[in-house]
Amino acid sequence: MSNIPSELYYAKSHEWVRDDGDGNVTIGVSDYAQSQLGDLVFIELPEVDADLAIKDECGVIESVKAASDMYSPVAGTVIEVNEVLNDAPETVNDDAYGDGWVAKIKLSGDLSHLLSADNYTAIVDAESE
Amino acid sequence: MIKKTFLNAIHREFGGKMVEFGGWDMPVHYGSQVKEHELVRSDAGMFDVSHMTVLDLKGVDVKPFLKKLLANNVDKLKAPGKGLYSCMLTPEAGVIDDLITYVMAEDWSRMVVNASTREKDVAWIRKIAADFDMTVEEPEGLCMVAVQGPNATDKLVSVVGEACKTPISELKMFTAYSNGEWFVARTGYTGENGFEVILPEADVSAFWVALAEAGVQPCGLGARDTLRLEAGLNLYGNDMDETISPLACGLEWTVAWAPEERDFIGREALTALKGTENRRFVGLILEGKGVLREHQKVMINGEEVGELTSGTFSPTMQKAIGLARISDLEAAECDVQIRNKSLKAKIVAAPFVRNGEARY
Repeated sequence: MSNIPSELYYAKSHEWVRDDGDGNVTIGVSDYAQSQLGDLVFIELPEVDADLAIKDECGVIESVKAASDMYSPVAGTVIEVNEVLNDAPETVNDDAYGDGWVAKIKLSGDLSHLLSADNYTAIVDAESE
Repeated sequence: MIKKTFLNAIHREFGGKMVEFGGWDMPVHYGSQVKEHELVRSDAGMFDVSHMTVLDLKGVDVKPFLKKLLANNVDKLKAPGKGLYSCMLTPEAGVIDDLITYVMAEDWSRMVVNASTREKDVAWIRKIAADFDMTVEEPEGLCMVAVQGPNATDKLVSVVGEACKTPISELKMFTAYSNGEWFVARTGYTGENGFEVILPEADVSAFWVALAEAGVQPCGLGARDTLRLEAGLNLYGNDMDETISPLACGLEWTVAWAPEERDFIGREALTALKGTENRRFVGLILEGKGVLREHQKVMINGEEVGELTSGTFSPTMQKAIGLARISDLEAAECDVQIRNKSLKAKIVAAPFVRNGEARY
């Protein structure tokens, strides 16, 4: 079963968002997404300073078997990316919500459009049926 | 209806992540594709390949038939049980399929062809066989398990019946041994030592479980693909099809041109192509970060020269590798278009990995 922490927000496209409480959020890809892709071998990170709208393509995650686009779950400016993933993309497989975070974004909007853990769980359950 | 192999329930029991592959419900991995890949390179792994097609060709004309059907020549086989890798070609020299045929006796050859091409292969083979004194049988109730890796021999021998132990441990490369309904060939699709075992459904579950208990890692189609690509082995439908001759997919070595009087199907067209084919089939290694995939465009000096036919990330080399057909005969490097970027790649000769060691 997928790990879906209740304190996070989610997008349908399988990104998670953590409200850092200072106008910034941390984003990453969900445990379910990493388990669907399998062993990750390459991550193209968002660009620092990029201004993103909701659903903008902001990166790519690739496993041995497939490539999948990452979409920005929020609107804002990228202020930091997790450089560790350049050399160790498998960190996302090991710890999707912790060391496998992807980027920090300074919000220009809010989080009201995102899914709660419960709503995201329903989507995952429907997809994995 | 999606087809299932006899081992389907066992794959689920072993934690296989099932996907549809060419109409079959097959395990893509059992937890980690990369771990499975690494265990085949360092120890031993097993693959359910029961979806592949087994044919028994029987009758006095089997050898003359094979000399007509195949671009390679069964006269090269010097002892009973030897196998031959070959393409069968259309009259226009396109590859209908690649296959292995084992000549077990003067009047029996067992052939293994791809799963995805089963219908057209069988129809073609029956059509050509109609002019020969022989039968084409599709034996039922058989399964096929590949056991691959440096420790494959020891582990396989440890689980087979007493009578089979010595013959299997002494089996030469590309040779098959048959005993009753069991048929064991020292072949594979991974670039490692190993075996492909054809056996009755009644025996396969116990065989699979015994191998697992002997420490053989169940492996899915995912690892099968990364292993074959590292080994520089073609995949039908990706690297070649009926529009491609063996000259343009790296398989000219399988064409037996001699003797000249052997009139195999496709020979005339292939001979004509020999002077005009201006493409070569190459290996690519991506120099920077990223993953090579089929259909990515290959550029040399800003000009498109072809595309990748297969691509992946090599767990052994920790680099992206691929196979490509390009219309440039000399360059040692190229650029590959990956999404909106152009990335440098080295042009090399496959295989990338042999006997567990990277060659580049």
